[in-house]
Amino acid sequence: MASMIIVRKAAISFGKEKVLKNIDLDVNEGEIFGLLGPSGSGKTTLVKMITGILEGDQGEIFIKDQKVPSLELMKSIGYMAQSDALYQELTAKENLEFIAAIYGLKRQERKKAIQEVLEIVDLTDHMDKVVKDFSGGMKRRLSLAASLMHKPDLLILDEPTVGIDPVLRQSIWSELRKLKNNGMTILVTTHVMDEAEKCDRLAMLRDGYIIACDTPEKLKENQKVDSLEEAFLAYGRNEK
Amino acid sequence: MRVGAVVIRIIRQLLRDKRSIALLIFAPLLVITLVWLVLDGDPYEPKIAAENIPAPLEQVLQNELEKDVVQMSESEAKEAFQKEDLDAFITIKNHVPYVLLEGSDPTANSAVMKVIQTAFSSLSDQKNIQPDVEYYYGSDKINLFDQTGSVLIGFFVFFFVFVLGGISFLRERTQGTLEKLLSTPIKRWEIVTGYLLGFGLFTIIQSFVIVTYCVYVLDIWMAGDFWQLLVVTFLLAITALALATLLSAFANNELQIMQFIPIVIIPQAFFSGIFNLETLAEWLQVLSKFMPLTYGADAIQEIMIKGKDLVDLWQDLLILFGFALLFYVLNIFALKKHRRL
Repeated sequence: MASMIIVRKAAISFGKEKVLKNIDLDVNEGEIFGLLGPSGSGKTTLVKMITGILEGDQGEIFIKDQKVPSLELMKSIGYMAQSDALYQELTAKENLEFIAAIYGLKRQERKKAIQEVLEIVDLTDHMDKVVKDFSGGMKRRLSLAASLMHKPDLLILDEPTVGIDPVLRQSIWSELRKLKNNGMTILVTTHVMDEAEKCDRLAMLRDGYIIACDTPEKLKENQKVDSLEEAFLAYGRNEK
Repeated sequence: MRVGAVVIRIIRQLLRDKRSIALLIFAPLLVITLVWLVLDGDPYEPKIAAENIPAPLEQVLQNELEKDVVQMSESEAKEAFQKEDLDAFITIKNHVPYVLLEGSDPTANSAVMKVIQTAFSSLSDQKNIQPDVEYYYGSDKINLFDQTGSVLIGFFVFFFVFVLGGISFLRERTQGTLEKLLSTPIKRWEIVTGYLLGFGLFTIIQSFVIVTYCVYVLDIWMAGDFWQLLVVTFLLAITALALATLLSAFANNELQIMQFIPIVIIPQAFFSGIFNLETLAEWLQVLSKFMPLTYGADAIQEIMIKGKDLVDLWQDLLILFGFALLFYVLNIFALKKHRRL
């Protein structure tokens, strides 16, 4: 299978603190890849580096064989940050129109794309509502819609289901699977174990290192445990 | 057009935030009106005392004041000055009229001088005689409202644009939309340009309303051309906007934007011409050369008070434009902090 993301020996430090130390990572085309780790383990930093917002001190990152960062590559990446990056004063539609224009979608395409993504996240009825009046879950879904506007090949989601109720979490995951079936590669960070379970493959991040990387089943098998949580702890012990 | 997208978004956002528009436009009007009420109230009626002046002079003075001139000696007058119940004392010394002004209040000073000058000019045989004028307190260099009225327009345009522009750009960062924006192929200069153009539109409206109000409603002294004045205030507003977005890169929240006010805005108010700078220490005068408001306020003053044209003020305008350009470029570099590309 072809690689979508290749990370080689990536390292970054903020001031004296080394946040990521020597990261190697391969994400295949068309899979849902999970980055699992406790908060502060460097998940957000790593996805920001892959997106091209941050640049590391060492190492290289390639997406579709092109070196990151590149404005050209950003056209084919959809990024949903941890915070809902929405303009509170604007309506849902206006928020999407803005993002669409930034990605250079033509007027006709824009309309169609907005309809499509609003349907995916089930917000069509609320498109003329001002975002300020949205509930937390609706904002989260709108953020997801905004990152899908330009039909990216690679979708990067930073903790997409934080603060979202179980029903909505289910529906977001079923959407992600649909997108994957349409050929999209999805990189998702999480610190919730049952969510990690839903990924095709998983990398466990701890203290700036990747301590394990495989399918959820294999990870459990290798450590002879029943849950990912136990596997994570076991890998952590081995590391030391 | 990505710049266009940013511009449209900002216009939509601001139109939904009516209070911010009000801050931008009506707050300056309110404050200028307050200053105007204080500094430009009803004409002041001066109290003048005299000793041994010729009867015709006394007569015209009384006509001018519409009341009697009090008779008292110079020493009595000085006592009255100390008690603050006399504005001027007039007498003849060595065959020349002599005027002693109380001097501490510019409004009273000019009121007295107006009365005396009219009085002298109505005495046909005294036309060429200039009275000796002395000040008991202060000096004749104080003329507060002439200087401040016009500078205040510049100051309030600068101040309110700075606050609103700074906070808006900061919010882009705190609500995470800047990061989202930087994950798209938008270029850094496109963000900054979009911001300046989007907000720039509102500052044009702001400048127009403030200048119209001051000139036509408050009837501020206006010798120059209305549209040329508008050009200067707009240029000043854009400079304030560029400075605000630049500095917001160094603030982490709204409160920290407010902290820039005493550091960046207030000194400009003090050193940009509201107060006379010539008496200040030289190093303080040099300081004012690094402040955009100095040039903006100077240009506004020259247009409003002396009726000069933009062509005469090209130096001020060029420097102001230079400031705006400098802040714009630094802005693009400051965004590197968030994305190097």
